[in-house]
Amino acid sequence: MKRVEKWKWVLIVLVFILMLLTSLPSAGLIKDEKIARFFPGKVNLGLDLQGGTHVVFEADVDDLRQKYAERNQELKKNDIEEAMARAMEILTNRIDKFGVTEPLIQRQGTDRIILELAGVKDPERVAEVVGKTAYLEFKLVSDVNPSEYLDDKGEPLPGKQIPAQLQLRYEKDEETGSRIPYLLVKDQVVPGATLTDAYVTTKNAEYVVGFRLNAEGAREFARITESNIGRRLAIVLDDVVVSAPRINSEIPSGEGVIEGGFTPQSARDLALILKTGALPVKLNIAEERTVGASLGRDSIHAGIKAIVIGFIAVIIFMMVYYGLSGVIADMALIFNLIIILGVLVLFNATLTLPGLAGIILTIGMSVDANVLIFERIREELKNNKSVGKAVENGFARAFITILDANITTVITAVVLYNFGTGPIKGFAVTLMIGILASMFTALFVSRVIFQTILARKNVTKLSI
Amino acid sequence: MELIKNTNINFVSKNVRRGAFLFSGILILIGIASYIIGGGFNLGIDFAGGSIIQYKFEQRPPLNELRDVLKEAGLGKSIIQTFGSPKEVVMKLSEGSDVEHLKKIMTEKYGEGADIRREETVGPSIGRDLKNQAFWAVLWSLVGILIYISWRFELKYAIGAIAALFHDVLITLGAFALFKYEFNTPVLAAILTIIGYSLNDTIVVFDRIRENIRIERPRSTGHYEKVVNGAINSSLSRTVITSLTTLFVVIVLFFFGGEVLRNFSFALLIGIIVGTYSSVFIASPILIEAHLRVGTKK
Repeated sequence: MKRVEKWKWVLIVLVFILMLLTSLPSAGLIKDEKIARFFPGKVNLGLDLQGGTHVVFEADVDDLRQKYAERNQELKKNDIEEAMARAMEILTNRIDKFGVTEPLIQRQGTDRIILELAGVKDPERVAEVVGKTAYLEFKLVSDVNPSEYLDDKGEPLPGKQIPAQLQLRYEKDEETGSRIPYLLVKDQVVPGATLTDAYVTTKNAEYVVGFRLNAEGAREFARITESNIGRRLAIVLDDVVVSAPRINSEIPSGEGVIEGGFTPQSARDLALILKTGALPVKLNIAEERTVGASLGRDSIHAGIKAIVIGFIAVIIFMMVYYGLSGVIADMALIFNLIIILGVLVLFNATLTLPGLAGIILTIGMSVDANVLIFERIREELKNNKSVGKAVENGFARAFITILDANITTVITAVVLYNFGTGPIKGFAVTLMIGILASMFTALFVSRVIFQTILARKNVTKLSI
Repeated sequence: MELIKNTNINFVSKNVRRGAFLFSGILILIGIASYIIGGGFNLGIDFAGGSIIQYKFEQRPPLNELRDVLKEAGLGKSIIQTFGSPKEVVMKLSEGSDVEHLKKIMTEKYGEGADIRREETVGPSIGRDLKNQAFWAVLWSLVGILIYISWRFELKYAIGAIAALFHDVLITLGAFALFKYEFNTPVLAAILTIIGYSLNDTIVVFDRIRENIRIERPRSTGHYEKVVNGAINSSLSRTVITSLTTLFVVIVLFFFGGEVLRNFSFALLIGIIVGTYSSVFIASPILIEAHLRVGTKK
């Protein structure tokens, strides 16, 4: 039999070394940090494996349209787009201030924003806090006696129309769960957008959020406080009254504090979102998924356990059923796994729990190619072909079958990739890489190994 | 080692063909009946909306006690079941349930003794979109595969392969309706994988049929049947063994891959078993039926 071209072995060895080196850190085999620096990073783990929160925010377009209508403006498509772009900016800014490393913030469709947080404590809370509109308003509390329009529970009395220049807002009492109604003068006294800074401070041993207004806001604030001494000024955040202190004197500095029974954390949260400005559109949480780090770890263990057991079962089966040829198939299978891990690292893809399932599935499917070839070789041997000829025919004839059988799976994997959300994408990716890798290892690598062996020795009986 | 040697089983005689069609027909009917009687699939929150919250307890929790907690939270209609281990519990709440309130009650009652492992809430707009996307994903993969098959095979082969494909997907879906396994996004991914994999086996058989027909050039219907049957027999070993290795790993996945993936691996398990059966007993017989009706026309 003719000798195998050198370039084939060079290619195989190169690919092997490249993939082995890229996958080593991810396999947890390089512990020393000094050495690890020379290697590519570990494979990215999806939120389902490392724990974290995935939130889909959906813009409340109806609410925005209503706001526009109140100003006698029509909401155009362009306005939504602008609001979304601005919302993205603010979200990014807020997340940044929270100190989250490597968050993922992504626009989806026309009115959604995806936010993924991992590696922070309590990611769910962070996601909910940054998604708050943080629309701050200062409004005077009306002199009208609320009981004129409201019943004991704070509900509007039937048949009594609240005057058009007033609006009903509530303050929530976190401790008792009850709510205090307020009738506010609709016109804002100072626009919340004039706020330039917000910070946590204490007043009478309680945590409060201090704020500072810009020059224009401060002037306005001074004028209002001067002419309304004795009245109450409500501080309204996202349509909820946070506090309504009495104006005792003129406040010329444009500085003040918001009291609201804050914990250190909730005060810090509020200061942070106030400082980064209000979102131009209300964001509702359309989807929220949180996986605890402990469940993620368990999933990794279960996945790896399944991979190891499946791997060993297939390796043993191939050896028992196909003898030495089975060993070659096993080598191809190991190569295949190294390629999957290496390519995941090289392309910076994310490994998810379904992705692990995809790897397990490829272990089974990748030996398929070898089985097809070996069965063919056996048939050829039965027809009294020489070993060399049988191997040659086996590979050649199985080629088309393998191609046809795998391409259909690749088609569905491509569709899945385009359809999928994070975890499913991870499955599509490992399945795709696994199938392509198995075609390379079965049709090229194991063929070259066979050819090399057959070229060196005069094999008359093949262990298959 | 060789498990299957020189078999000569008649897979495609008229009686076997009819028997197989009847058997598959019954399986599909059971699925449809379970779907109708059971009120559809047990949809996961991805599709139906709602919330799930998974707790891990330090000690095995009495489920009755947890049901009382749910009642106290005003969520008495929620579904509660253990998840994998008896210490782990999943509560499935309907759309609009106050999860925060439930969490508060749970913390008051169990404190550190119950750890939240997973929490998911999906709103109605997401579920609607996902259903829509799922529909298109299935449609596009079918279109892709149809185009590929009709390009690579004659019409009658394509008919056989597609019939087997629908057969596999229908029976897998039927199993989900019958056993009330939860249908979620990973299961959809599994169904799409089955769509791809179903053909894997069928193509292995068809390739051999095509090859043998080119060599033997059958003239009569009886001869055609014989060639097809010969091809099935000679490729039987590889049909079974290729499925066997994949089946191995899927069984391993089903038993050891963890609870989160259980539904997914169940779908694959059914799909692969049914897919192997159908490549021999559905795809090839339909190829013969199609040959009888369409003949050799392209």
